Amino acid sequence: MSEHAMGGQPMSDYLLEVEDVAKGFPGVQALDGMHLNLRYGEVLAVVGENGAGKSTLMKLLSGIHEPDRGQFRLGGAPYLPTDPRHALAAGVSIIHQEFNLMPHLTVAQNLFIGREPRTAGVLLSERALNRAAAELVDRLGLALDVRALVGNLTVAKQQLVEIAKALAYEPRVLIMDEPTAALNDAEVAALHDLIRRFVTDRTGVIYISHRMEELKAISDRITVIRDGRFVRTLDTALTKMPEVISLMVGRELAADAQPVGVREDREVVLRVSGLATKPLLRDVSFELRGGEILGLAGLMGAGRTEVARAVVGADRRTAGTIELRGCPIAVRNPADAAKHRIGYLSEDRKHLGLLLEQDVAANVALPSLAERFSNYGVVDVAAVRRTAREMVARLGIRTPSERQVTKNLSGGNQQKVVIAKWLVKDCDVLIFDEPTRGIDVGAKAEIYDLLNDLAAAGKSIIMISSELPEVLRMSHRVLVMSEGRVSGVLDAAEATQESVMALATTRHDRTVPTAPEAPK
Amino acid sequence: MSTIKTTADAGLAQAGPTEGRLSALKDRLQQLLAFASLLTIVVFFSFASPIFFTYPNITSILFSTVVIGTLAVGTTFVIITGGIDLSIGTGMALCAVMSGVFIVNWGLPLGVGVLCAVLFGGLIGLVNGFNVAFLKLPPFIATLAMMLVAQGLALVISHSAPIYFTSSPGYVKISTGKLIPGLDLPNAVLILLAGCVVSGLVLGKTVLGRYTYSIGSNELATALSGVNVRRWKLVIYTLAGLFIGLAGVLISARLGSAQPATGAGYELQAIAAVVIGGTSLAGGKGSILGTVIGALIISVLNNGLQIMSIEQEWQKVILGLVILVAVYADMVRKKEA
Repeated sequence: MSEHAMGGQPMSDYLLEVEDVAKGFPGVQALDGMHLNLRYGEVLAVVGENGAGKSTLMKLLSGIHEPDRGQFRLGGAPYLPTDPRHALAAGVSIIHQEFNLMPHLTVAQNLFIGREPRTAGVLLSERALNRAAAELVDRLGLALDVRALVGNLTVAKQQLVEIAKALAYEPRVLIMDEPTAALNDAEVAALHDLIRRFVTDRTGVIYISHRMEELKAISDRITVIRDGRFVRTLDTALTKMPEVISLMVGRELAADAQPVGVREDREVVLRVSGLATKPLLRDVSFELRGGEILGLAGLMGAGRTEVARAVVGADRRTAGTIELRGCPIAVRNPADAAKHRIGYLSEDRKHLGLLLEQDVAANVALPSLAERFSNYGVVDVAAVRRTAREMVARLGIRTPSERQVTKNLSGGNQQKVVIAKWLVKDCDVLIFDEPTRGIDVGAKAEIYDLLNDLAAAGKSIIMISSELPEVLRMSHRVLVMSEGRVSGVLDAAEATQESVMALATTRHDRTVPTAPEAPK
Repeated sequence: MSTIKTTADAGLAQAGPTEGRLSALKDRLQQLLAFASLLTIVVFFSFASPIFFTYPNITSILFSTVVIGTLAVGTTFVIITGGIDLSIGTGMALCAVMSGVFIVNWGLPLGVGVLCAVLFGGLIGLVNGFNVAFLKLPPFIATLAMMLVAQGLALVISHSAPIYFTSSPGYVKISTGKLIPGLDLPNAVLILLAGCVVSGLVLGKTVLGRYTYSIGSNELATALSGVNVRRWKLVIYTLAGLFIGLAGVLISARLGSAQPATGAGYELQAIAAVVIGGTSLAGGKGSILGTVIGALIISVLNNGLQIMSIEQEWQKVILGLVILVAVYADMVRKKEA
């Protein structure tokens, strides 16, 4: 490719420069005074709260929008992409946060979409395509079948396809937006290996993430942005993470508090025994006490979400009983679960948790509409609004009013709306699935506080999370799953990264338990 | 590097390399099942009536599949992109009228007139494509508007009267002539067959086909991959328009006249054929073979029920139920797969 020849002699100290860039949309100044310098051969982390302007910056760099002011330079030369194709040709590949794959096409078809090997100009050569894709996947050392339909792959594998697709363009600059949001620790490590191999003295990576531990592990420098502006660039090796966080949020955060141990004195609220589902779960049993936060840990595919879905009746159970305060209850579907005051907050907030086109009030009232807000089928709009306003105040939801459409709220505030929904319903058992996925650090801390408050008020909470530090920080007890079974339950005191990972990598198909290897 | 592979394997390796072939097989099986239901219906009618499985009747079934089949094949492309085209029925009537205008009123040579009529269909598609891709109108609305416009124009241009092709006797031969000597098969059937083969190849083997699936599967991702989605949508709707034009020629040639008031209702039958054939209205998935089978199921049902002297009103009821069952069965299959 022609860029390679140019890359031999750098014309500038920096591979990619962003100089005083501004971009406004009607009603919002998304970027203003944005600076960023990517050196050759480095991984530059870009951090900022949601709404800090990261995604706008990405859209400018990929040519979806044009900046109002300022300029980009790529390898010292002015760079103004006019559309995504132009950006890719110039050597800038971007992996966007939302999955950008075609589920109905195969891995190979996805990898080379837009530049398929052709014969006679218009005819596709499927054989050449599969061969090229297999070569690429081999070269990157990924375990992917190029003929598989992407829609049939696990989320983690889909993420690998995205990365392979971006690397297929042989970019000089690789930009990744939250590439690990859906990955577990082992997969993150594999991804980081891949990034390190990609970085040479001709290339560079911009790595956007909310996970502080990761930045420490992968980045050379960290650029902090806030409210659409450049704040500071720090050397990772010389920087402590709390400093980064305080720069991001513009204030100091309280040190992480460890939760107290399990509260044996509280009554058992929920008892699940012998739970099984046809595809995955086998003999899952656990207890949940009042005022307790039970963390559910495990690798991707271990069955954490499946447990939640089976408990609330979203998936069919083939065996198992559920008792609420000692009485067996029949939960055939989520409506039954809600009737028994068990709320499930899905990991897929945007698709399964919210009516994005509706306002905050409508979302908050939805589960309790029939029983609390209606008179003979007529919705009491005033009561709905009043309750929504209370919730906005109580949970600190940042929104102009309760009539704002939820689509326009940030991830953290959307999550609070989902929580408000189930609080209005007055649930005793709340199952949080990845409550902080895609949420920035400041909002995360607020969600944590909220969970602690709820537990202190006597609610029983199950928290499913792929982020081990989060599980360790929040849980009174940690239930670790692997391969659809419970590998063990740890008290807060005995739960560490090592002990949880050891249980998470337990293999159940062997008759004699062997010492599990930690994935490092 | 082997280290990466092993780490990746630890977290990710669950599916083997057979995944791809398995899913391809599953897709093939789904078409097979649609085909199996077609066979079942054929076998049923063959036992129910001695006239059904005779050469003249089979030919007549094929002949009656032509118009719906042509429209359905064209609109399969649009539906795979996740769009819909409601203008194909009345658009077809307008193209038939235009064919009459070109050939009868203007006296253009037969070949030129037919070509112009087909291209006029392409123009209808082009306008639809422009409205959908560039003005970003929802396909339902854009083509609903076109449906009304086409219906009105057909009546205005023809002064609400049929145009008869008596002056060019060659015209009816396009549909009813028999090109292959010794084979009692109308040309219209051969034209549909050729149209199916060509569009099957376009969908399966060309860049246009790949982008049709890709846009339906995830439009934004396709655009971000550097594919000019707007331009390809324009092309796809235009292609569907060419099939509208072709259907207009075929139906008017069969009748020997352009009937401006017909056409409405054909779009829903064509969409039904596409859906019975396993194409998803949500986009990303479908095939020409499936659509052809879907169209055949509809015309076999119509024909068979007619032969069994079941009233036309009931035929519609049965067709409606068949659509329900076919689509539901498809969903169940997908869930189990």
